[in-house]
Amino acid sequence: MANYLIKRIAMLFPLLLGITLITFTVIHLAPGEPVEMQTAMSPKVSAASRARLREFYGLDKPLHVQYLRWLGHLAHLDFGRSFAPDNRPVTDKIVERIPITLSLNVIALILEFGLAIPIGILAAVRRDSLLDRGISVFVFVGFAVPTFWLALLCMYFFGVKFSWLPISGIHSLGYEKFSAAGRVWDLAKHLVLPISIATFGSLAGLSRYMRSTMLEVLSQDYITTARAKGLQERVVIFKHALKNALLPVITLLGFSLPGLIGGSVIFETIFAIPGMGQLFYQGVMARDYPLVMGILVIGACLTLVGNLLADLCYAVADPRIRHGRS
Amino acid sequence: MTLRRLFTLLLVALQLSACGQSAPEQKSLARPKGGAPAYGDALITGSIGEPNTLIPLLASDSASHEVAGLVYNGLVRYDKNLKLEGDLARSWEVSPDGLTITFHLRPGVKWHDGKEFTSRDVLYTYRVTVDPKTPTAYSEDFKQVKKAEALDTYTFQVSYDKPFAPALASWGIAILPAHLLEGKDITKSPLARSPIGTGPYTFKEWIPGQKLALEANPAYWEGRPYLDRFVYRIIPDNSTMYMELKAGGIDTMGLSPVQYQRQTNTPEFLARFNKYRYPASAYTYLGYNLRLPLFKDRRVRQAISHAINKEEIIQGVLLGMGQIAHGPYKPGTWAYKPQVADPEYNPAKAQQLLKEAGFVMGPDGILAKDGKPFSFTIMTNQGNDQRMKCAQIIQRRLKRVGIDVKIRVMEWASFLTNFIDKGKFEAVLLGWTIGQDPDLYDVWHSSKTEPKELNFIGFKNAEVDRLLIEGRGTFDQEQRKRCYWGIQDILAQEQPYTFLYVPDALPAVASRFQGIEPAPAGIMYNLIKWYVPEAEQQH
Amino acid sequence: MSEPGRGPFQEFWRRFTANRFAVAALCIIVALFVLSVCASFLTPYDPDAIDAWHVLLPPSAAHFFGTDELGRDVFTRVVYGARVSLKVGFVAVGIAVAIGTVVGLVSGYYGGWVDTVLMRLVDIMLCFPTFFLILAVIAMLEPSIWYIMVIIGLTGWMGVARLVRAEVLSLKSRDFVSAARVLGASDRRIIFRHILPNALSPVLVSATLGVAGAILTESALSFLGIGVQPPTPSWGNILTSGKDYIEFAWWLSLFPGLAILVTVLSYNLVGEGIRDALDPRKQQ
Repeated sequence: MANYLIKRIAMLFPLLLGITLITFTVIHLAPGEPVEMQTAMSPKVSAASRARLREFYGLDKPLHVQYLRWLGHLAHLDFGRSFAPDNRPVTDKIVERIPITLSLNVIALILEFGLAIPIGILAAVRRDSLLDRGISVFVFVGFAVPTFWLALLCMYFFGVKFSWLPISGIHSLGYEKFSAAGRVWDLAKHLVLPISIATFGSLAGLSRYMRSTMLEVLSQDYITTARAKGLQERVVIFKHALKNALLPVITLLGFSLPGLIGGSVIFETIFAIPGMGQLFYQGVMARDYPLVMGILVIGACLTLVGNLLADLCYAVADPRIRHGRS
Repeated sequence: MTLRRLFTLLLVALQLSACGQSAPEQKSLARPKGGAPAYGDALITGSIGEPNTLIPLLASDSASHEVAGLVYNGLVRYDKNLKLEGDLARSWEVSPDGLTITFHLRPGVKWHDGKEFTSRDVLYTYRVTVDPKTPTAYSEDFKQVKKAEALDTYTFQVSYDKPFAPALASWGIAILPAHLLEGKDITKSPLARSPIGTGPYTFKEWIPGQKLALEANPAYWEGRPYLDRFVYRIIPDNSTMYMELKAGGIDTMGLSPVQYQRQTNTPEFLARFNKYRYPASAYTYLGYNLRLPLFKDRRVRQAISHAINKEEIIQGVLLGMGQIAHGPYKPGTWAYKPQVADPEYNPAKAQQLLKEAGFVMGPDGILAKDGKPFSFTIMTNQGNDQRMKCAQIIQRRLKRVGIDVKIRVMEWASFLTNFIDKGKFEAVLLGWTIGQDPDLYDVWHSSKTEPKELNFIGFKNAEVDRLLIEGRGTFDQEQRKRCYWGIQDILAQEQPYTFLYVPDALPAVASRFQGIEPAPAGIMYNLIKWYVPEAEQQH
Repeated sequence: MSEPGRGPFQEFWRRFTANRFAVAALCIIVALFVLSVCASFLTPYDPDAIDAWHVLLPPSAAHFFGTDELGRDVFTRVVYGARVSLKVGFVAVGIAVAIGTVVGLVSGYYGGWVDTVLMRLVDIMLCFPTFFLILAVIAMLEPSIWYIMVIIGLTGWMGVARLVRAEVLSLKSRDFVSAARVLGASDRRIIFRHILPNALSPVLVSATLGVAGAILTESALSFLGIGVQPPTPSWGNILTSGKDYIEFAWWLSLFPGLAILVTVLSYNLVGEGIRDALDPRKQQ
């Protein structure tokens, strides 16, 4: 196991390097150079601070030197300072926004797996039945409806029309004065809509995948054998088939993350949730290069970590992997 | 307010604090509930964008000024009838030659941290404003000052070389606390995120991306405001904001024309909200980059103006709730010249002028000159739905006469730095707020065409230059009027902008708030007198 | 592989048509194509014709879907918008499939370090939240329909690459490829004549789903103001212009919203239908 872990972690480094390289390339597609941008923001920036900026980005050097220099800063988790008028370190700005985005997405992810797996199994067991077709239409509707439209409709019906739920933000006014239970309840009410819409939208991929792996397993010989032995169908499915069908699904855990994080731009804008997606959108529109680069790198790293965790789970669950596939 | 005049090419549609000249219209079904003024409750408002900095000297966005305006005071301010009155200055004297102003400061005013406000603060504010190291857009008026001195703790005197008409009004600039800033780098000051002023509200907290809260200043020199708190929620999407208003999550917002006219006339809405309507102090225009050969030709600019139907724009964009702009002043003010001879809607004349300018119709329906098709891009800022609609109507009209127009929407800060300041634009669709003083030196004088300056279209006209200098150099209103009327005639001829419209401000406020008195200055001027009767308090 | 007397296509078609949802979805897709091609015959209006005096009119005999915030006919714009939205979907997916196929073929066929490098590139690209990348590039360049299609394509090829590579690996060892090699066929010939046709089916499924995804991505970009730019109508920007009037001018958001929903749903159902029909396990 330790061997596997080390090997797996060693593999992260080339990936990390690739992530930074792509981020760097993407940003340099944009016309104009970053320092020009920032000094233009404040015309009276002194020559000294302009020089400091050039030094930080190494803009007088050739591209590969600039890249290495930037990489050096990254190694110290230094993404530079935001070009926004507040001029704060990018790392601070991102760090204060990560928890909300991450927790929202993790909750959505848990719900997604909790719902999609049973739905997928059900669809596989009742394959080609009306139920199976109905489920597939239902999950695909979730995928197909433009999220911002669904969000606005839900806000209108649940927030304005029936006044059941708050519309936007994450806390009510006067939140500070609530009791601990009151705070949790308040937060929960605010998060119901964004989380359910995010979950609804992501059910399709996983539940269909679950369905097809389950079908694959059910067509294996040992299942046929089990059935032939006269075992009850329920036992066959839950005891024999399910365990094997669930394994590959674990690896999907890590890959679900980038999609969810990407979607957070829309959710956080529409629900006024102060997370990383909203910050990224603002940064992109304001051409805040350090911030955009920072979030791209961090967003990709989160996925990397997610994948690593998923792979480790997989390894724990499946001994064949731990000991090297042979 | 001069300072607001300058860099706030505001997102006018989102702003409440606009000012009006004629009597505002008020719509409501709420029973006048009365109830005695009481302390308590909170006013919650929403904003699309987050303030950049709460040091107003450094801010160029409306959100920052809106919040900072409640935290700081100037020496003078405009009252409800748009007359200058004392704010931190109890009174003032202007010398007979008009060159020296002596301010007598209000004694006993305290900064929010308890220190006393004195002439030292005023002197500091002046010095930091004109300091070339300070990145501010508001230094121009203060560069006219010859000498500024604190005569004693409560007396401050400024003198000018030559008569400077906007002088007095320019002292409406927010006075900053010297004891916290002197000798420090203002761009790195913590006051940018937790301001300390002398105003009716003190800063409480700012949670980035969520909200900014102010609390009533119990020691405010005009008396403690009735409303205990002022909360500024950050809601990045317009549709969400309107739903929040309807659900009671915010108490006030500026309505869009469609919301005002088509969505909020239900008895249910009118029982819960009061709606107001009055002309905003702002105009929207289409400005041309006069450095480009294409727009150097006056006939081309006139032709575009002839091709645009301003009536149609007011109808389509504002549902009729606005007026046609013919020049840079607000209809009804003394500087405004009625009936200037600006190009009327006349597509045939537009085509005629373009023909004279050498354009011939190509087979694709697009005009061309020397083989180059007549095509340009209109840029406007993101998040302003009215400007977007306006641009589309113009695009359509210009296509009819054979001009191909593209539209590009840009985020505000990057629009200014990457395009406006570098002169990298063809035409822009933007707005200016209209200040109370008609001096427009910054926008139209030929010396103001450098990067970061406000005559960014590069307008240069010797006669306008002369009139601008004459107009700001005298206190005689009749003489000034002649100057500004003259300028309007030239602008109507030259069409460096196509002036489009002056919209109406359309705020809605929850009906539990009492004490709102619509006036020529709008409704926000007496915020400290707004109250909610005890029985109706919500927060 | 198939019953005697039947070609593989007939066999596929028989199994595909057994799924009625998929058939219905296919009909919708075909109908949409016809609609968007015949747009100018279906409606007397110009999609960009502004009428400032008749904004936000409810549906009527003159305007089936009502008018929008500038008095344009919503039905006309939705029909013309179909063209734009479908174009975005197809071009973007075309680019993604082209890149993905080439990468997958090369990677799978040559193996070795080429394979390692290309697959690491795939891993890296898969780490990025795709929408972040798209947003960054489009906002920094400029939001034109061409950029949108190209960028969506450039960020969407990884799945196809993996599929093709897997297919190539399994085909490479099969008899007919070895036979071709022994007979002295060139690499290119083996790839294009023998391997590619066999790898097409999973790509087809993935492409169908990709079209749906691209249409959704365009609508999300429109919501953020950097989708297809006016006056060109796309479903995304019509829906976005309707979002401010969701309760009162419902027609402005409902019709483009439904158009997106139904189209994306149909592409998904068809994609799934194809996958099921090609699934060897389903063969009796």
